[in-house]
Amino acid sequence: MSGANAIHGIILVGAITVTDHASNNIQLGLGTAAVVLATVNMVGGFVVTDRMLEMFKGKPRVKKDAEVSGGESK
Amino acid sequence: MNENLYGVLTLVVSVCFILALKGLSSPKSARRGNLIGAAGAFIATDLVFFSPGMTHQHKWWILGAIFFGVIVGVPAARKIQMTQMPQLVALFNGVGGGAAALVAIVEYLKLGSGASTAEVVATVFTVIVGCVSFSGSIVTFLKLQEIMTTRPVVFPGGRFVIAATLAGTLGSAEWVIHSLGNTSLTVMAVLALLFGVLFVLPVGGADVPIVISLLNAFTGLTVAASGYVLQSTLLIVAGTLVGASGTILTRLMAAAMGRSLFGTLFGAFTAKPQAAVEGGEVRSVKSSSPDDVAILLNYAQRVVIVPGFGLAVAQAQHTVRELADLLTAKGVEVAYGIHPVAGRMPGHMNVLLAEANVPYEQLVEMDEVNPTFPQTDVVLVVGANDVVNPAAKTTPGCPIYGMPILDVAEAGNVIFLKRSMRPGFAGIENELLYDPKTSLLFGDAKDSLTKVVNALKAL
Repeated sequence: MSGANAIHGIILVGAITVTDHASNNIQLGLGTAAVVLATVNMVGGFVVTDRMLEMFKGKPRVKKDAEVSGGESK
Repeated sequence: MNENLYGVLTLVVSVCFILALKGLSSPKSARRGNLIGAAGAFIATDLVFFSPGMTHQHKWWILGAIFFGVIVGVPAARKIQMTQMPQLVALFNGVGGGAAALVAIVEYLKLGSGASTAEVVATVFTVIVGCVSFSGSIVTFLKLQEIMTTRPVVFPGGRFVIAATLAGTLGSAEWVIHSLGNTSLTVMAVLALLFGVLFVLPVGGADVPIVISLLNAFTGLTVAASGYVLQSTLLIVAGTLVGASGTILTRLMAAAMGRSLFGTLFGAFTAKPQAAVEGGEVRSVKSSSPDDVAILLNYAQRVVIVPGFGLAVAQAQHTVRELADLLTAKGVEVAYGIHPVAGRMPGHMNVLLAEANVPYEQLVEMDEVNPTFPQTDVVLVVGANDVVNPAAKTTPGCPIYGMPILDVAEAGNVIFLKRSMRPGFAGIENELLYDPKTSLLFGDAKDSLTKVVNALKAL
């Protein structure tokens, strides 16, 4: 879940595009806010997912439990 | 940049995301999958600066905003306690939904009169679902962070209010599509935000993770819709992937907990205010001392530890492992019974126990551990409540009814380590606490466990 969550941070691409084409200050302000939020979503999402997965690093056997409800959720 | 090259790189990014989701579905490749996804996102972000039609007139605004987002997002993700992970994921999901809604609003402001109906509809859809995802995620965050009550919030006539808000949102959407005005858009966005709040408020306890997953899928759909408006293949592909995988995951989670997705979703419309919890009656429970618990454990042959969120809150995972190691050394068979939603998110407890270096062989899933309870002498319930509450089987209509539970009542003795008699996350009384074979050890889970460990060493 957490990993998929990070992927929709790709809305950053959309946020950058609309901000680039902004033609007045309101559009620029809203667009910039969207870029900030999308960046938090994307970068934070990937870092958190990596931290969770790091817990399982180098262990002899990875329990299959977590994958049932989606390895994504880790 | 050359259009063809741009197209090829877009394809590369899409493949990265598909490989990422594929990798994440198996623990062995999950970390690599996540890194592939991050690489894809990184390429995509660079790529957009070189895409055809970019003006670069607001380049510094954009780069500044990205920088700001990074200095907010990365430390938040780095420093967060493992126990608070689910609410952070909810929060990240919320800001993603908020971003999608803002993108759609800006796009709407630029549409003008020449826009096709399909574009307007897609924009309106993104604004609505993005706003619902945003405010809904914030409420789940507040619930998980326990800033507000974790119980379902239901008020008289609530379902009519929710239905009216939904109708109002859709009505104002119609108004937006016809008028293309800014007032109508504002009204619609506010109603959608309100609907998000009302939609999540009546969801309580174990259903919260399902809602997070669902809102995650919603955000994916909004990304796909804004991709349609912005004519970005990348956004359409990524959004659809998240929407589809999120929907599947939501259904899996609902199935793992014996819930119908429909029931979880439309609980909001059918929930009735519950009668006040039967008041005043004080029933006696049997409390125990650390020494008694140590003796009981010492002479047991098989002990099952059931960890819950309370263990995580008390940071007791290391102490619990110490106790397990001590018992194993004394020849006691020790296993951990892991409920699918132990903690606040599927797999959450596994992450926490892995952090304390608990061997994976000792983590036993619910379906495997349940048949072994009759042969188990002592069950140690550490900070768990709802996942062992027999009300899930015996009390139709209670919030967790139908959820599979760990049948700890089958074991010889049950010891609850609890801070107080306060009910669990779902806010319901646990009959098992009053069972004659149950004894309670009150106090902070870590303190209690340390005392038990010391008593056991002294034996």
